[in-house]
Amino acid sequence: MSTRGGILSAIRANQPELTVLPDVEPLKAYANKENLLAQFTTIATNIGAKIYEAKNLAEVKSVIQNNFGADVKIISTISELSDIADTKEYLNDLPVQLADVELTILQSDLAVAENSAIWITEDQMGQRVLPFITQHLAIIVNAKNIVATMHDAYSSIGITTQGFGAFIAGPSKTADIEQSLVIGAHGPRSMSLFLLTGD
Amino acid sequence: MSTTSTKDHAELAGQFNADEQRVDWHDETLWWIRQKRDKAVNQFPEWELLRETGSKIKEHTLSNLGNYLEAFEANALANGITVHWAADAKEHNQIVHGIIKKHGVNRMVKSKSMLTEECHLNEYLAENGIEVIDSDLGERIVQLAKEPPSHIVLPCIHKKKEEIGDLFHEHLGTPAGVSDPQILAETARQHLREVFLTRKIALTGVNFAVAETGEFVVCTNEGNADMGAHLSEVHIASMGIEKIIPKREHLGVFLRLLTRSATGQPITTYSSHYKKPRPGQEMHIVIVDNGRSVQLGRKDFRNSLKCIRCGACMNTCPVYRRSGGHSYHNAISGPIGSILAPNLDMEKYADLPFASTLCGSCSNVCPVKIDIHDQLYKWRQVIVKAGYTTKTKSAGMKLMQWTLSSPGIYHAAGKAGRMVMKYAPFAVNNALNPWYKQRDMPKPPAQSFDEWYKKNRGKK
Ligand code: SF4
Repeated sequence: MSTRGGILSAIRANQPELTVLPDVEPLKAYANKENLLAQFTTIATNIGAKIYEAKNLAEVKSVIQNNFGADVKIISTISELSDIADTKEYLNDLPVQLADVELTILQSDLAVAENSAIWITEDQMGQRVLPFITQHLAIIVNAKNIVATMHDAYSSIGITTQGFGAFIAGPSKTADIEQSLVIGAHGPRSMSLFLLTGD
Repeated sequence: MSTTSTKDHAELAGQFNADEQRVDWHDETLWWIRQKRDKAVNQFPEWELLRETGSKIKEHTLSNLGNYLEAFEANALANGITVHWAADAKEHNQIVHGIIKKHGVNRMVKSKSMLTEECHLNEYLAENGIEVIDSDLGERIVQLAKEPPSHIVLPCIHKKKEEIGDLFHEHLGTPAGVSDPQILAETARQHLREVFLTRKIALTGVNFAVAETGEFVVCTNEGNADMGAHLSEVHIASMGIEKIIPKREHLGVFLRLLTRSATGQPITTYSSHYKKPRPGQEMHIVIVDNGRSVQLGRKDFRNSLKCIRCGACMNTCPVYRRSGGHSYHNAISGPIGSILAPNLDMEKYADLPFASTLCGSCSNVCPVKIDIHDQLYKWRQVIVKAGYTTKTKSAGMKLMQWTLSSPGIYHAAGKAGRMVMKYAPFAVNNALNPWYKQRDMPKPPAQSFDEWYKKNRGKK
């Protein structure tokens, strides 16, 4: 018998009698839907993200220009930012060629209040490695797109057909050395969240 | 590792206890993490329902595991992923080696995977001339120290920063005497970035594999799994058969449970959902049994396959906290490791189910409600019946001596001891407990001073 067949038949011989799959719906009823923006902001700040409320992209742009010099490599998937960022060329690069990117600006359609995670799909990343390899990460999300819990988040995501997606919560970090928190492990050293409150 | 394998838990715990300050630090730090867990979970009135739901989802999955694995495989194949099956550690290692050989390279970067520790993949590949670099900071540290991880979530929790500084000085060129975590972590960042950028093949573990979609989810705080995987031309993901969950929406349950139980964090920085290789990339999944299907058939122990590897049972365990992960001489240490290990080799790990006070704290914190301390108790009986008593006797006696001679443990175990004596006298006064016959057992206080104080301090 093949290894596969052997494993599967051993499992079938040993697995217990079928039990019922529980419903996750009842968990949704506990969600605190009060003031999702404030919940989100508190947790995001606690885990080391920087929060900016902005009315529009022009405000986002000015914050970025105040924080990053004109001489650093900035990449964005948002075409309206083409005057401050590379929004096209980087797509032709091999992932390793993105090693020198200083700031990446992405857009998300979904944020979660209970843990301040942001859902980003492959399309919104431009290249999969970008939100990880960049020294600094900025994400723009409309405050209207904040949901209460992970249950709501998965209801909203459904079963996308995209090849890759990630929840990202704050900058990369480690506490492996004596439990001292160090921000900037292998991924971004900072995460800025722009919450659009305008339209 | 090989030098410790002949020693049992009590002897190894004795070694760890030689450095009292380190033991105190280890104990307090893990307890502090346990408290962070409490703070995080107490915010949710639905926490118990969440645990119950997680536990029941896993129970259902185990009851239909054959079908879910086949569905997962079919969906993963349709997504363009190559799926391999490995009956045991050896076959897993051969499959991984075969993929590496096919690509004509001799080095690989790896993110955290307890399964590859269980399979001793690094040693196997080293023997075959392949260099593996572990990219999780804690794992890199223990790798440089030529030690196994001592905790499934916090691999180098047993190390002091000065020791890490010495390792970095020797291997990564930091100035002698530097032990600032900030500087050491930055050094590792630079060193590992170079590794990520130059390795064609990356191996990651798997936290959850979704039958419905054929995708797998990997959780890290450091971003190391993603750096390795997205920069590689070939991504290999190794998973045990028990990582399966039926539907994507179930991730909502498990991602809420996992890190709150582990460290009190609301979620890991990255929860990455890998579904298809990126264009031009090769993606492989290795599905590993290695004794799990046998455990599935052990009615009393199959629940251990629900484990989501959060480490909460270790952080809360009075024995783990004061004996250290290496004393369990197994890839997975602590209470859950003591249930999983005897399934693989009952004789070699006969001592582990005795490395517990049966206080039940592990079962209380377990996010998927595994009856950990009951299973430890049941293993003791199986092991004695199977005739591994010599080791049992010495292990049981040594644990008792060690517990009673260590005020920290006795204090933590006092409550448990009382409970065990009251409800399960068999557990202390019986043939399994040779110590009891020969000496006077100090009576656990009816109420420890600590508890008395807590109860009474409010009263005047
Ligand atoms: S047994 Fe439970 S508490 Fe222990 S690591 Fe597994 S899931 Fe966590």
